[in-house]
Amino acid sequence: MTMAASDTPRLTLRKRLNDSDLWLSFKASKITVVAAITTVLIVMLALLANVLAPQDAFDPKMLNLMDGFAHPMERGLGSGNLFVLGADAQGRDMLSALLYGTRVSLFVGLSSVILSLSMGVSLGLIAGYVGGRTETIIMRVADVQLSFPAILIALLIFGVARGIIPPNQHESTAVFVIILAIGLSNWAQYARTVRASAMVERNKDYVHAARLIGIKGFAIMARHILPNVTGPVLVIATINLALAVIEEATLSFFGVGLPVTQPSLGTLIRFGQQYLLSGEWWILFFPALTLVILGLAINLLGDWLRDALNPKLR
Amino acid sequence: MTQPVLSVRNLEVEFVTRRGLLRAIDKVSFDIAPGEVLGVVGESGAGKSLTGTAIIGLIDPPGRIAGGEVWLKGRRIDNLPKEELRKVRGKRIGMIFQDPLTSLNPLFRISEQLIETIRTHSDMNEAQARARAVGLLTEVGIPAPEKRIDSYPHEFSGGMRQRVVIALALAAEPELIIADEPTTALDVSVQAQIITLIKKLCRERGTAVMLVTHDMGVIAETADRVAVMYAGRIVEIGPVRDVVKHAKHPYAKGLMGAIPTLATAETRLLQIPGSMPRLNAIPAGCAFNPRCAEAFERCRTDRPEYIPVENSQVACWLYDKRQTKREVAA
Amino acid sequence: MFGQLLRSLLQATTVMIAVAFIAFSMFRYVGDPVASIVGQDATLKDRQELSESLGLNDSIVLQFGRFLGNAAQGDFGISYRQGRPVSTLIKERLPATLELALLSATVALVFGLGLGIYTALHRDSVLSNIIMSISLIGVSLPTFLIGIGLIFIFGVKLRWLPTFGRGETVALGWWTTGLLTESGRKSLVLPVITLAFFQLTLIMRLVRAEMLEVMRTDYVRFARARGLTDRAINYSHALKNTMMPVVTITGLQLGSIVAFAIVTETVFNWPGLGALFVKSVEVVDIPVMAAYLMFVGLVFVIVNLAVDLIYFLIDPRLRTGATVKAQ
Repeated sequence: MTMAASDTPRLTLRKRLNDSDLWLSFKASKITVVAAITTVLIVMLALLANVLAPQDAFDPKMLNLMDGFAHPMERGLGSGNLFVLGADAQGRDMLSALLYGTRVSLFVGLSSVILSLSMGVSLGLIAGYVGGRTETIIMRVADVQLSFPAILIALLIFGVARGIIPPNQHESTAVFVIILAIGLSNWAQYARTVRASAMVERNKDYVHAARLIGIKGFAIMARHILPNVTGPVLVIATINLALAVIEEATLSFFGVGLPVTQPSLGTLIRFGQQYLLSGEWWILFFPALTLVILGLAINLLGDWLRDALNPKLR
Repeated sequence: MTQPVLSVRNLEVEFVTRRGLLRAIDKVSFDIAPGEVLGVVGESGAGKSLTGTAIIGLIDPPGRIAGGEVWLKGRRIDNLPKEELRKVRGKRIGMIFQDPLTSLNPLFRISEQLIETIRTHSDMNEAQARARAVGLLTEVGIPAPEKRIDSYPHEFSGGMRQRVVIALALAAEPELIIADEPTTALDVSVQAQIITLIKKLCRERGTAVMLVTHDMGVIAETADRVAVMYAGRIVEIGPVRDVVKHAKHPYAKGLMGAIPTLATAETRLLQIPGSMPRLNAIPAGCAFNPRCAEAFERCRTDRPEYIPVENSQVACWLYDKRQTKREVAA
Repeated sequence: MFGQLLRSLLQATTVMIAVAFIAFSMFRYVGDPVASIVGQDATLKDRQELSESLGLNDSIVLQFGRFLGNAAQGDFGISYRQGRPVSTLIKERLPATLELALLSATVALVFGLGLGIYTALHRDSVLSNIIMSISLIGVSLPTFLIGIGLIFIFGVKLRWLPTFGRGETVALGWWTTGLLTESGRKSLVLPVITLAFFQLTLIMRLVRAEMLEVMRTDYVRFARARGLTDRAINYSHALKNTMMPVVTITGLQLGSIVAFAIVTETVFNWPGLGALFVKSVEVVDIPVMAAYLMFVGLVFVIVNLAVDLIYFLIDPRLRTGATVKAQ
């Protein structure tokens, strides 16, 4: 039976995907599917924040103080708008604040992951491939850093940055400083894994052969070692994302995170904490809930990914 | 005729996986007489190790024994409750694994591991067990056993370690030893010593041995009878001389023909085209039929029964009502 | 044999010096030590005089040496913000943090080990699944939310436990402890649970994973083939082999519990070093930040040495000098 040349490749790829262990394992685990859908949903909602949000929550002109402390699903006394998740002290719509806040949290989280990943993978490659003193130093630093909680390192970097940057620029650079702080506090795990892989590969014959021909070390590393580590790196990245989001929330909760003008979920929780005792529970509750669901969903995905990619468990 | 030590009847082992039910051992039957060495050979993945594991009851989920019976000296053991089965292990069936380095717990001294095993299956006290342990080490050929018994596994060489493993397997005086590739992980020079040791100790005690290996040389040297396995089934079983020198089943012929010997005048080694089928793609009828040069219609539809040929049993339609089938094939 | 220990000691010293150097760099280069002492209106001459007297114009090596010397004596200068010697601040707050940390570490270790072993041995039981699900939530929940949640339930709604502070403490020499008063003990409950929770779930999952791994090894299979009892296999063989990798990671985790306390202390208004550190970051109080860094570094190094020692005692391969390095 003959097929047109263009048909065959597509068929086999889809068939391979459908037949692959990864997909079978994904389908089999209903929880993971739910987690994946939830994550995607939250991300979509966050991305479309400005479209979906009933109110630009941080534009003071839009606020009406009379709306303040509106209960969830209540109409504001000032503007008459429906506050689906309630309003805070200044009449800010919690749903809008939530959408924007999630977007900020995700943005910071993802950016820091990209930073950690780039840094960690590069250093891991260099350490594993070059070896010698360089490797020892890089790995020592990674080991030491891994035993300190990321929060501490992030706080330190933040404090140092604060000390270096003149006070009037603190607010405008806050986002970058936060991303830098969180990013730099999470690179070590990538470096460890990539270096282990690189160490295995660098002793293989084809690397020696490539070197003999004159192919540059960098090309060797990129071409051969990188593909081998994508699996574990992906797992680390997923877990890293959950950690980064939580880390940012913690920093903002401390008050050393993002400024008030660009609040993230953590900042919202900090605001909401004061009202917990006086009964306006929704100001704290919804941001907290979102944070938990987000963290949980990402972690579940990471867990599943790790199990699915682990050849020993198959 | 004396009762066989081990009697396996129609053993079936399955694995439950995402891709469906995989039948790894499909109606395997054989006996081992007291003091006899039965070799079990075949390619990797044929199910030889799995058979041994099933007999001693160590198959872990997602695998399980799906059918058949295992009888040890007239008592059925495959359906025993957990605790009863545990008592059988070590005391009545001993097992030797392939890699002596990973078979011994690196954090415990040899003395501790030996004494523990001895005391689990007997009423000896510490001192008596220790004396017996030293005796065992002497038997397996460990020099200066009273001193070395307190060493850790990593302080022994590979061959010595395997001797310790043998001592551990024999510690409770089992009636049957299942040796799963006992020499594969050892240096060639040491292999012969270990095989001789196993042979000698089992002859002395009258212990039956099920020797699983893919090394034909070991089989030719050591076994009394040999079973050839393919895709979870036994295709030929008979006295070792017969099977090795004059194999009947096409696969067994190919297997024996692929062994280079100094005596062979052939300049080319025999190769069997293709490879053993994956467990989820075992052909209907005879599992070997796609690779068999002599296959005919019936091979593709009916699974062969065991047909006695001289002193062996062969699972091949070629030996059934030869005249008519040969005419069909011609 | 002693070579191994010596090597560990050498590593420890190197790490300590590196940490000290970072602390020193912060001290010297971030922010302006001169400006923070004299304020905005000082003249250039005043600044230069102060610089000279502070030794800021000497070589780096000299300054670093001086810093190390001072640090060894516990002198970290004066807090920019509070105007008091940093060492005094640390002394005041150390007991609070240490008490919290030690109690949490114990709770995390005991329950983490216990639950880890249980869920490994009874893999498919309902209880195991429940525990694993809770542990997953535990890893996903930020510590501060756990703290807030506990405060809300037990402090506000049920009013069983206090929501902030240490309660009444008793002074024993320069140490203050909350364990001897009822309010002190009550105040410890929620913070200890909050701090221990994350560590507990980590330890539990680690122990479980390791134990499952060990149960699959050849030597455990061989032990089963020899007919050893489940009890002997689970609690003698498997446990001992699980402990090795667990000890390292657990030790390091617990070492960092002191630093983890930052979050818990902030949420519960606990007057410890962590809370002090956060405040110092807010106002860029460098001497305090540097001192805290050194302190955490010291704890880390000590714990590391202890772990190396324990490893040494457990693994016979290391004792006989064989070059077997785990991981």
